[in-house]
Amino acid sequence: MNVHARTEKTGSHPADAMTVKVWRGDRVGEFQTFEVPRRENQTVLDVVTEIQRSQDATLSYRFACRVGMCGSCAMVVNGRPRWTCRTRIDQLEQGTIQLEPLRNLPIVKDLAVDMAPFFEKWRSAHGYFEPGENPPEDFAVVAPDSTERQAADAGIECINCGICYSACDVVSWNEDYLGPAALNRAWTLVNDVRDRGQDARLQAVSGDAGCHSCHSHMSCTEFCPKAISPTFSIAGLKRATSARVWKRWR
Amino acid sequence: MNPVLYLAQRGTALILAVAVTIHLITIIYAIRGGLTAGEILARTHGNRWFLSFYLIFVLAAAIHAPIGLRSILREWAKWRTRSLDMAMLAFSALLLVLGVRAALAVYLA
Amino acid sequence: MIRNPHLKPGFLAAMLHRLSGIALAIFLPMHFIALGTALGGADSFQSFLGATHNAFVRVAEWGLVTALGLHMALGLRVLAMEFFAVRERSAIVVSACVACSLTVGLLFLLNGMV
Repeated sequence: MNVHARTEKTGSHPADAMTVKVWRGDRVGEFQTFEVPRRENQTVLDVVTEIQRSQDATLSYRFACRVGMCGSCAMVVNGRPRWTCRTRIDQLEQGTIQLEPLRNLPIVKDLAVDMAPFFEKWRSAHGYFEPGENPPEDFAVVAPDSTERQAADAGIECINCGICYSACDVVSWNEDYLGPAALNRAWTLVNDVRDRGQDARLQAVSGDAGCHSCHSHMSCTEFCPKAISPTFSIAGLKRATSARVWKRWR
Repeated sequence: MNPVLYLAQRGTALILAVAVTIHLITIIYAIRGGLTAGEILARTHGNRWFLSFYLIFVLAAAIHAPIGLRSILREWAKWRTRSLDMAMLAFSALLLVLGVRAALAVYLA
Repeated sequence: MIRNPHLKPGFLAAMLHRLSGIALAIFLPMHFIALGTALGGADSFQSFLGATHNAFVRVAEWGLVTALGLHMALGLRVLAMEFFAVRERSAIVVSACVACSLTVGLLFLLNGMV
């Protein structure tokens, strides 16, 4: 595949080209339309790369591994948040392809967003391991088939791509809401038997910004490329925070 | 929303699930062949079981509905201030007053 | 109308649940006031009921009974996911909830006609 060839505008077969609308600008901007030739085994990432390298070098977008491991290439394709390197052109509906940056995050330029708010909420949800003041002297023995470890493993593969955050309506409606990724990570840590910061973490994920604002739309679960179900992790947090209140009350 | 409000809403949801089921069955059975005031009141007049049932029903609804509305108003009407909580308390009081009045009305009539 | 990524069971369930909840929250005070007219005795209650025996009100009543059934059925689904850790992802359960609610509504309509 020769991505450096210019688009063959004259003498090209129209059936072999596709129309791609790409967001340009930041919060204020417009869609710019490109014609891109169809090629074998093409992914959306291939298309964006071809546009940037051969048609408009000013287009800004992100990618890294290009093989579905890093999550850097996440953007909204025809209204759905997905990894462009894992979205084949022949998987998409017929017609114009529309590319937009991830929703719910400030747009830096074109297809690149500022992930800082996403990671700030990760911290606010205590999405980090807390060893406590007296870390043990020896390795902890954690059975892989224990209930807690299985619960943690179900959500541990998150690579912070931001797709769930983009898909979540509650994040759009409630700017304080910590979001599915941060809460999912908090749940994996709630299930980490070595962690010593549970009470503070459960406090952090309670309230209007926390797990209680999830209304189980399940958009996060629908679109997560790692097949994680943040909805069920958040349901776990609801149970854990309720148990905490119940214990205090008794 | 906080864990206490959350538990209150989910807890009253369970109570309401039972109450609503009983209520729907009663209503659908009762309306067969039309329903007059006399017929309704004949069933509820002086009936302590109905009164207790309706009072629990009203209390549960008065807790459940405002908590749910609070989320909706926060998210869709962007009402973020303390006045929302006050308004929801007022709505709860309204439901309580009107509901107890209604329960007593069909008990005493 | 509804964007493509939103045409998913979880979102539809949440919207139906929320909208039926709003309808019920608006209706409930009116229902209490209507019942409260019984304080004026059976006659005032009866005259109130008489005023409401028309097709428009019947449709509204059907709507509210269906809304009640819908809100409860979908609410039980939420409770199952939250407290019983049910991992439900399909459209089947949501469809079943809607179907049950419509059945309840239908029973209401049919019984009133006998």
